[in-house]
Amino acid sequence: MTTLKGPEGSHARTAGGTGMRLRGLIRKEFLQVLRDPSSIAIAFLMPVLLLLLFGYGVSLDAEHVPVALVAEQPNADTESFAGAFRQSRYLSPVVMPGMREAVTAMDSRRVDAIIHMKQDFSRQMRSPDGAAVQVIVNGIDANNARLVQGYVEGVWSKWLQSEALAAGRPLDIPVQVEDRVWFNSELKSRNFIVPGLIAIIMTLIGALLTAMVMAREWERGTMEALMVTPVTIREVIIGKLIPYYILGMGGMALSVVMAVGLFGVPLKGSLWVLFLASSLFLLAALGMGMLISVVARNQFVAGQTAIIVTFLPAFILSGFIFDISSMPAPVQVVTHVVAARYFIAILQTLFLAGDVWAIILPNAAALILMAGFFLGLARKKSRKSLD
Amino acid sequence: MIKEFLAILLDKKSRVVVFVPPIIQVLVFGYAATFDLKNITYAVYNEDSSALSRELETGFKGSTHFQEVERIRRYDQIAPTIDRRDALLVLHIGPEFSRDLTTGRPAVVQVIVDGRNSNTALLALNYVKTVITAFNNDFAARNSITGPPARLETRAWFNPNLESRWFIVPGIVGLLLLVVTILVTALSVAREREQGTFDQLLVTPFRPVEILIGKALPGFIIGIAEATVIILITVFWFRVPLQGSVATLYAGVVLFLFSSVGVGLMISSLSVTQQQGLLGAFLFVVPAIILSGFTTPIANMPHLIRQITYLNPMRYFMIIIRGIFLEGTPFSMLLGQFWPLAAIGLFNMVLAGWMFRRRLY
Repeated sequence: MTTLKGPEGSHARTAGGTGMRLRGLIRKEFLQVLRDPSSIAIAFLMPVLLLLLFGYGVSLDAEHVPVALVAEQPNADTESFAGAFRQSRYLSPVVMPGMREAVTAMDSRRVDAIIHMKQDFSRQMRSPDGAAVQVIVNGIDANNARLVQGYVEGVWSKWLQSEALAAGRPLDIPVQVEDRVWFNSELKSRNFIVPGLIAIIMTLIGALLTAMVMAREWERGTMEALMVTPVTIREVIIGKLIPYYILGMGGMALSVVMAVGLFGVPLKGSLWVLFLASSLFLLAALGMGMLISVVARNQFVAGQTAIIVTFLPAFILSGFIFDISSMPAPVQVVTHVVAARYFIAILQTLFLAGDVWAIILPNAAALILMAGFFLGLARKKSRKSLD
Repeated sequence: MIKEFLAILLDKKSRVVVFVPPIIQVLVFGYAATFDLKNITYAVYNEDSSALSRELETGFKGSTHFQEVERIRRYDQIAPTIDRRDALLVLHIGPEFSRDLTTGRPAVVQVIVDGRNSNTALLALNYVKTVITAFNNDFAARNSITGPPARLETRAWFNPNLESRWFIVPGIVGLLLLVVTILVTALSVAREREQGTFDQLLVTPFRPVEILIGKALPGFIIGIAEATVIILITVFWFRVPLQGSVATLYAGVVLFLFSSVGVGLMISSLSVTQQQGLLGAFLFVVPAIILSGFTTPIANMPHLIRQITYLNPMRYFMIIIRGIFLEGTPFSMLLGQFWPLAAIGLFNMVLAGWMFRRRLY
């Protein structure tokens, strides 16, 4: 690395021009990337690996949830109720002889819910109050429990309808809900997780790559060596930015192709908006990485900080899985400093809804602001550090 | 051994990085990581301004889950409201609503939901149905309509109010422990190798086993200290009930640390530069978090990926810590989770030790 810099620096000194120096710096950076395969791995291998893992591994759609069905006195009525559960795509019922077996199954996690029809189910059904069916869900995973609860209610209301139809009388439900889910009518969680995932991967590529690479230069003192050449700080920063920007955009392109081609996520928005938004976000992420490296000055701290301030917040505070509007107000304020938040909002809208300017423009503006802030601060800090 | 510790403790930046962020993170993430919908923003398009439709609206206004943000006057205002995310859902009450209701025909309320986050959409729909069911029951009782032949009485065990925080916060304990221990151990050898001090260490009379222990202990002790702090926050700040015994909990923590330190050392022994160490740590930590059941259930994963999760120490720890916290699972019932952790740790430690020795010659 140091050997590389020598000729490049002297070359620049003789030529003098900014363009020439920049070209030299960029060439040097590219050579460096090519020599150290781990940078290439970060840029290309990581997106593929992560998208495959996340895309297949992260799903909030529960299907074939095992539920225990207990009928204390099996007869035609309980059988008809149980039959409705067998038809559900989301639930797979297991008939159990009694509550004791069902509770044991629940404790050992073999079933996620118990549907309990009491002894007098048939008689109560014909009384004006109707029969009470006890539903017990395992509340440990609250989100899953709520989804299962929704599925059970769905089965129940379907059964009511078919019962009413069979009896030849109208169903006495005063108000019925007719739901229309826009942008994702099948409610596939993959369609919103994959676009968010791209933002997380880009955060990793941008921040981690630059933070580590630049911290290494500071640690080894080659940064100072570079600074004493006539190359200006701005040139150094641009020289670092361009190669990693190209690497990052390559990773981005790969991710989008995989999202659309492999996971079948619709891309409703236009490609050029996607390209611009990604460029803005990548600049912000690269800027953040540079700032971390300048402040940290050693790879251990830079690496730790990059993971802690970029990956984990991007995972939890960005609206990737957890809805920002459900968070308490102070935490919502904190999410505003997470660049991924803006990018994820843009991506989810671009992929599923299309070019909705009312969402894209404010978020893009926030990204410009963040990119400017991080790059500016990184530049200021690296200049100061020389004195 | 002491030297290792000092290396981390003496460097002020390293010290800050190891201790401060996890504490801040457990606080911020503990609040942030929730699947519970609090303020479902909705807009109303009521074409039927009758007492009945207003009564239906009251049900939503009175619910703590819902927050009205807009009143829609024309049909073509619905699309932009959803597009711009001004509201998560639009309640559309048609002009025949009250007439249908009073003449005994089923009245239909159309609910248009933003499906960009499918999980939120699904949960919001469930909440809408709860409010409407309450209205139906009320209406049926008043007009002496016979109710449906069966009704559901739902209860949730172990977490009666279905607070997802109870599920997520214990998970964060595992998440942060994994990140910190892997990072501390994975970079430890690489750093010395880059600085050349590792070769010096190898020529000293220390045996590889001793060096290995010396490298493992700091990560271990930092992990225990951090676990204690985070568990205290979980119990006393977030008020997640700790049903099981503290001893069982610590048995789980120790075994989990053992396995993650093992993996960290393994990464360490393979990497020559710190960048490689960090990359290795990353390539392990990220999938380990995602495939652990921390946020999304393992049961939802495809078969092949479910098989892979058996290699993931965090998977076992998630079951252990949630079991102990929420169900009070006793030690004996967790043995099936304990032994894989011990096995993973041992396997990686031995392999890492062997790698160290091989580098000697």
